[in-house]
Amino acid sequence: MKSLFRPDDAPDGSALDLHRPLIRSLERRGLLRGGITLGSLVMLTGCDVKRPEAVQQALLAISRLNDKVQALLFDPNKLAPTYPASMILRPPKFNAYYDVVDVKPVNGATWRLELSGLIQDKRPWTVEDLQGLPQSSMVIKHICVEGWSYIGGWTGVTLRTFLERVGADLKAPYVAFNTADNYPSSIDMATALHPQTMLALQYGGQTLADPFGFPLRLRTATKLGYKNPKWLTSIEVTNTYPGGFWEKKGFPWFAGI
Amino acid sequence: MHWINAAVMMVMITSGWGIYDDDVIIHGLYFGGFFRLGDWAAWSLNWHLAGMWFFGINGLIYLIYGLATGRFLERLLPIRPKELVQTVAETLHFKIAHEDLTVYNAVQKVLYIIVILACISQALTGLSIWKPVQFSGLVTLFGGFQTARVIHFAGMVVIVGFVVVHVLLALLVPKTMWAMLAGGPRLKPAREVGVARRS
Repeated sequence: MKSLFRPDDAPDGSALDLHRPLIRSLERRGLLRGGITLGSLVMLTGCDVKRPEAVQQALLAISRLNDKVQALLFDPNKLAPTYPASMILRPPKFNAYYDVVDVKPVNGATWRLELSGLIQDKRPWTVEDLQGLPQSSMVIKHICVEGWSYIGGWTGVTLRTFLERVGADLKAPYVAFNTADNYPSSIDMATALHPQTMLALQYGGQTLADPFGFPLRLRTATKLGYKNPKWLTSIEVTNTYPGGFWEKKGFPWFAGI
Repeated sequence: MHWINAAVMMVMITSGWGIYDDDVIIHGLYFGGFFRLGDWAAWSLNWHLAGMWFFGINGLIYLIYGLATGRFLERLLPIRPKELVQTVAETLHFKIAHEDLTVYNAVQKVLYIIVILACISQALTGLSIWKPVQFSGLVTLFGGFQTARVIHFAGMVVIVGFVVVHVLLALLVPKTMWAMLAGGPRLKPAREVGVARRS
């Protein structure tokens, strides 16, 4: 069948023959120019192949600038969306820098939460002590830097309540955490005092299970997943930038959402 | 402005692929190390979040310039369906030489409008994914965090599709290359053509 796009009268073929050398030269020139342009663009990105120090430093400098912008964008009164309890994922999604089979459970009976830095009352806390503080619950979305997310329900003591109770210096810029699995992390004071930042003891109305941070983990609704350390062992309030596990490897520190 | 955009686009697309590979949307679809900017997710993310400033500022200047000078109105509109059909037919006959570089044909107009809208959508879905709590209103507009993520991915597909067609056609019509490299076609002085037409 004749193509719909073919004209009824065939064009005069000699016209093409007449101009063939011209067309060829145009094509060649165009391809050459295009090739050079494309090539230089590819090289722009190709400089990352070896990830030279200078490029890395520039990216980290912009990342630190982004941390400042993120702190400005952070609204201490803006609440993250909450969801009905029926939407809670059970069990929650496990994630750590190792596999779930490598989780080392913490003994809740002997566990203590140590305090250090700019805190007046540095006495260690037991699980029962923490259960004695006012409890609150929130059903929020957990968003991982990788892109996945799930809805989880958390119960515990808001970090603000805890920090006020122990007489922490609320003007200090950083709150740092250490954990039983050696996963240091830290957040800014504004986020620490946000009403949806919590020292969580329960998930979905039940005591935290081992893989999800028993007996105590941080849960903040305004940061990416990697800013929520599990199996907390100590809290420090400090003026010195404490960094964190993934931050040392290049991820942004503020990680606000 | 075009070349800043071209470089930024390459950075945003290839670093975006690096971030995508960490948690894929389409099961089994990975871009692989060769195509990724940043040797693992942290550096792809740093590239992406550094590139966003250049993308955003360059894009904003372009939009303001295009709207304020009336360039968009003059160049991109009107689009007549008849012209569209005619240009498609001509293109399929490999008659794609631009006689006047300052006038876009109907297909060009449609493609440019699509890619400009896709870039605006990328900026907005990007903001939604970056700050889903601070910009929770935007996230709701896009139908949730995961939907915004999928739209952000789809926007990339549209832009990559455009880039492929755009580069291929530019190579096939060689005289456009010089105009792009040098910053615009040479216009005849007004007295020669009789009308003053500035771009």
